[in-house]
Amino acid sequence: MEKDKTQNNQTNLMEVKEETSNLLSNSLINSITTNFGEQVKLLYKKENRSKIMVNPENLVEIALYLRNNHGFDHAESASGTDYPADNQIEINYHLGSYSNTDYYPYIVVLSTRVDRSDPKSNSLINIFPSVEYHERETYEMLGVYFLGHPRNERFILPEDWADMPPLRKDFRIKGR
Amino acid sequence: MTLSVGPQHPGSGHFRFTIKVDGDYIVFVDPDPGYVHRGHEKMCEYRNHFQNIPHLERPVIHDSCNITYSYSLAVEDLVGITVPRRGQFIRALASELSRLSYTLYWLAIYGIFLGHSTMFMWPAADRELLIDLLERLSGARVTNAFNIPGGVRNDIPYNFKEKCLAQVNYFEKRLKEYDNIFYNNPLVRQRTEGVGILTKEDAIKLGVTGSVLRASGVPFDVRKVEPYDVYNEIDFDVQYMKTCDSFARAYVPVLDMRESCHIIRQLLDKMPESGDVREKLQFNIKSSPGETYKRVESGRGALGYHVVSDGSPKPYRVKASVGSFRNLLALPFLLTGSKLGDMPAIYWSLNYWPVEADR
Repeated sequence: MEKDKTQNNQTNLMEVKEETSNLLSNSLINSITTNFGEQVKLLYKKENRSKIMVNPENLVEIALYLRNNHGFDHAESASGTDYPADNQIEINYHLGSYSNTDYYPYIVVLSTRVDRSDPKSNSLINIFPSVEYHERETYEMLGVYFLGHPRNERFILPEDWADMPPLRKDFRIKGR
Repeated sequence: MTLSVGPQHPGSGHFRFTIKVDGDYIVFVDPDPGYVHRGHEKMCEYRNHFQNIPHLERPVIHDSCNITYSYSLAVEDLVGITVPRRGQFIRALASELSRLSYTLYWLAIYGIFLGHSTMFMWPAADRELLIDLLERLSGARVTNAFNIPGGVRNDIPYNFKEKCLAQVNYFEKRLKEYDNIFYNNPLVRQRTEGVGILTKEDAIKLGVTGSVLRASGVPFDVRKVEPYDVYNEIDFDVQYMKTCDSFARAYVPVLDMRESCHIIRQLLDKMPESGDVREKLQFNIKSSPGETYKRVESGRGALGYHVVSDGSPKPYRVKASVGSFRNLLALPFLLTGSKLGDMPAIYWSLNYWPVEADR
């Protein structure tokens, strides 16, 4: 009997936890959509993950809002994905929170798309200092120039690299 | 004066950084990784999910079960499958053994760089026992390729539980001896205590992870905050310290190892006696179009894979977010203003694995 009781308690606890997590994400999404309206587009909402697509000109504003109002204080990663068919490069910031314990498991993917033929985006280095090396890596791997980043320069590739940024889809590995 | 440390310098591993010194003090640091770069993320786009597994573990072969764990979770999320319960226990067990093996390797390096030869030899020798266990489990000594999408490659061998328990019991005794010989050594304390302070605010600002973050007083462990597989059934504490110095960063991994031993015991105890260990999938399995981001706690902190799929058997884009690359930002921050003699104590306390940062 006692065993059953503990099991029930555990299930209840898990349910409560799930509900809290859903409530948190709902309140987060609501607050962003009410404040920014059509400037943001919610691409998906899964367990502990949400992806928000914004226009390049609103990126800094929304990142600042996420940091100041919801405690998202660092970026786990910043990366890019090449979409040659749309002539666009998507930049993704995976934002997490260390200061707000409620948001520990939660990650917001802040995403924007820039023109592939002239890829430029505002750097978030002043809002999240943790993106410094991630943006540098994205610059050299996908050729996205980050406006306001102090060092858009070679980081991982060899110094004499003279080909196109290697993570673009039209860069082919030799022999494949 | 400008000094170039590495890439073949005994103080840096396969990593180069330029430092400017003024007398005895470091005034400028510029990390320059990339000497073992192998185009890891690009190569993933040419292989299917199963072929990616042995390829993905190359950056940290000592922690191969964790690095493939995260990718497997991402693929399972995209495909929409659940791993059988026994498989979940076995893969958590492999990942804990792998974490112990990695941390011992790192500890050996940290020991030798503080000039403590015994601390190089003891962990290096004890690691063999864990490698032996992983070899029994997977058939390979270091590049295990054991955690795959759908579960684990094979069931645990005959008599494995007993052998594993015996090793864990022995290993826990050894951890006490490490304390006596290394962490309580006055010279080691003098070289690490109060050296390279990374405050809680700075750690949050720089977005560091793993033991570096927990040594600065933030109790963040992915196994606890976002439990994957069976970790929500396991009882353990997140180990952290509040002194924020090199000693704390070097000691938190040891506290983690103790906790890992505790976790391994529970995993062996709670593991179902029989059942499937993997969901059988087609070799060329197609995932539904979409994207996911899954992370696990590796030996160096949160390790996440952002996988984008266009519906074909090969991933459209794979991005690894690894602890070493994230903690690298703390290197110039901590070294600038410190003494040149403190460089090895600070640099290796960051739990940095150059090969992983390069990917």
